[in-house]
Amino acid sequence: MIRSLYIAAKDLKAEFRTKQMFNSMLIFSLIVLVVFSISFGDFLGDSSKVEKLAPGVLWVAFTFAGMLGLSRTFVMESENGCLEALKLCPVDRSAIYTGKVFSNLIIVFLMEIVTLPFFVVLFNYSLDSGTLLLLGLVLLLGTLGFIVVGTLLSALTLSTRTRELLLPVLLLPVLLPVLIPGVEATAGVLAGNGLSGISSELRLLAVYDLIFFAVSHLVFEYAISD
Amino acid sequence: MENAVSIRNLSKTFGKTPVLKNLDIDLKKGEFTVIFGPNGAGKTTLLKLIATLIEPGEGSLIINGLDSAEEPEKVRKEIGMLSHESYLYGDLTAEENLFFFGNMYGLGKQQLETRTAYLLKEVGLETKAEERVSTFSRGMKQRLSIARALINEPSLLILDEPYTGLDPKASSVFEHILKSPAFEASSKIMVSHDLERGFALCDRILVLKAGRIVYDGLKGDFSGFSEFKEACAPLLA
Repeated sequence: MIRSLYIAAKDLKAEFRTKQMFNSMLIFSLIVLVVFSISFGDFLGDSSKVEKLAPGVLWVAFTFAGMLGLSRTFVMESENGCLEALKLCPVDRSAIYTGKVFSNLIIVFLMEIVTLPFFVVLFNYSLDSGTLLLLGLVLLLGTLGFIVVGTLLSALTLSTRTRELLLPVLLLPVLLPVLIPGVEATAGVLAGNGLSGISSELRLLAVYDLIFFAVSHLVFEYAISD
Repeated sequence: MENAVSIRNLSKTFGKTPVLKNLDIDLKKGEFTVIFGPNGAGKTTLLKLIATLIEPGEGSLIINGLDSAEEPEKVRKEIGMLSHESYLYGDLTAEENLFFFGNMYGLGKQQLETRTAYLLKEVGLETKAEERVSTFSRGMKQRLSIARALINEPSLLILDEPYTGLDPKASSVFEHILKSPAFEASSKIMVSHDLERGFALCDRILVLKAGRIVYDGLKGDFSGFSEFKEACAPLLA
């Protein structure tokens, strides 16, 4: 576990020094929100229409922005043969996966936290702290599901020439079980439903996260083998 | 005496192409072995197998008494590898790179600090410790990658074409470190196309051709480099 934290700390140090991945994800998600808020400008006064549209817009922004970041996650390791150097270290190779999940989760979740106030303003929401916390929980569980699968697929597509194209093609179908409850839970939270109103979606997200983390953890070694 | 490397009936196939065929090799502890061979002979594959980067198709590989198939993590702890790739993170400083890899090898804080300071001094980068690797010249990166390969005090050093792209300063640093008392006792396996340098450094010579060992002998078997070159030339063609 400690080795996974070393890998995550190394990734975060390198990322926040250059902010390459973070900035591109943030700019992309903000552009998506702005474009959608302009397109749906006529509906923004009608709360019932906003409630139907906004959760989907939020998840479109986060999913595609996150994908931009995920496609880069192993590129840093492939430069200068660093992935081979990691594979030479006396650690279980699944520790590399866990470390990458930690760092990706932190970077993508941070991007979401920074984007969220813009979403609230652009879509005329007024959220209390309880709703924000609940929304944070939904986003965290949804993002974790996205990251556990995305990190594995990012490693799988690393050696392909068309990895930027291949990653979304492989990832989006597998992500549907996260996106559907994620969007529904977000809609529930934004509509003012409490924890009890979205508990089934949260359970689905948590189960997906656990199952896909366990499976990815087991198969990661094969994903990075020569 | 226990061997540093014992290879028995080792074969490796990629797809349907056999790369290594029934190899049997014993390398003694402390020995400097150099492997020569033409392109495509399977030299790098053999090194990757010894380094546990890939798994053998058949056969067994024992490193310092440890079975690499059963205890790969313990085997990796014994190994340091220097490749023609730097294995360094450009966005981290020289010191951060060594700290990161030292931590991954489980070095304690005190040991890591001492070791990092010693290695940076040995490779002449002590004044560049806090500078990002991306700002380094090629030669400086090469010297730092030598330090990185030695961070865990490996008992078995694997050197895959270490002279590729090394500038004269990095080459002399590399040879100075290999001959220094701290690393003299460690076993070394080097793959090289540089016959003269390889011959000068080694105790033992293996020639690999089309996945088989076609020559296995000692440096002492030859009176000098000229005789060795003459004898090996047909094997390397």
